[in-house]
Amino acid sequence: MNLTRRDTIMMAMGTAVAAVLPFRVSADTDAAIAAFTGGAEVGSEGITLIAPEIAENGNTVPIEVDAPGAESIMVLAAGNPTPAVGTFTFGALAGAQFASTRIRLAGTQDVIAIAKMADGSFVKAASEVKVTIGGCGG
Amino acid sequence: MADNVTPRVRVPRDATAGETITIKTLISHPMESGQRKDSDGNTIPRSIINRFTCAFNGETVIDVTLEPAISTNPYFEFQAVVPEAGSFEFTWYDDDGDIYTETKDIAVS
Repeated sequence: MNLTRRDTIMMAMGTAVAAVLPFRVSADTDAAIAAFTGGAEVGSEGITLIAPEIAENGNTVPIEVDAPGAESIMVLAAGNPTPAVGTFTFGALAGAQFASTRIRLAGTQDVIAIAKMADGSFVKAASEVKVTIGGCGG
Repeated sequence: MADNVTPRVRVPRDATAGETITIKTLISHPMESGQRKDSDGNTIPRSIINRFTCAFNGETVIDVTLEPAISTNPYFEFQAVVPEAGSFEFTWYDDDGDIYTETKDIAVS
């Protein structure tokens, strides 16, 4: 196979696009995390995120977050068109810093939960969910 | 915009003072994400519930910010402490300005 000048340029562009796309996705997620934590260091103890390993339908994926002593918990889906999923803020009468809901996932990706603790520290948990049918239409 | 929005809430009828109870809520709502396209290729505009709150006798239990990635018919399960008899007020805030509310009384034995 002879590589023409045009082939070489097209291949180079393809590689560049492939390199940029995943970066863009993670940049959105990182920006959302930074906006929530204010750039503080994020630990990993004291938060539980329960998500299914395999979700057949990305339209309704049940998740549970539990972080004793948390003020608020933010949930992110790193591979969605917009990574934010929701933020739970607990009031004085919350019985436990626990919540369960159902979310949409566009495809196989990491679901991330970050809790802001009462003392101002942050903890994070992540779980990969394999999605058979994506849930964002289009 | 959103039709037939019906909140459904499950709260125990009674509790002992200081008990932690589990509350389940569901509201029927299409939660149009703003990502989907109709048959002509036009984007269907976003129309979701963007905030949900639960309060007991005026004191906050939980306050949730919802994004388009929350599924159709948003469901929430959470826990609350019941210090005295009173009522839980549940409020959902729609993108179009509508507010849906539901109240559940609880007795303390």
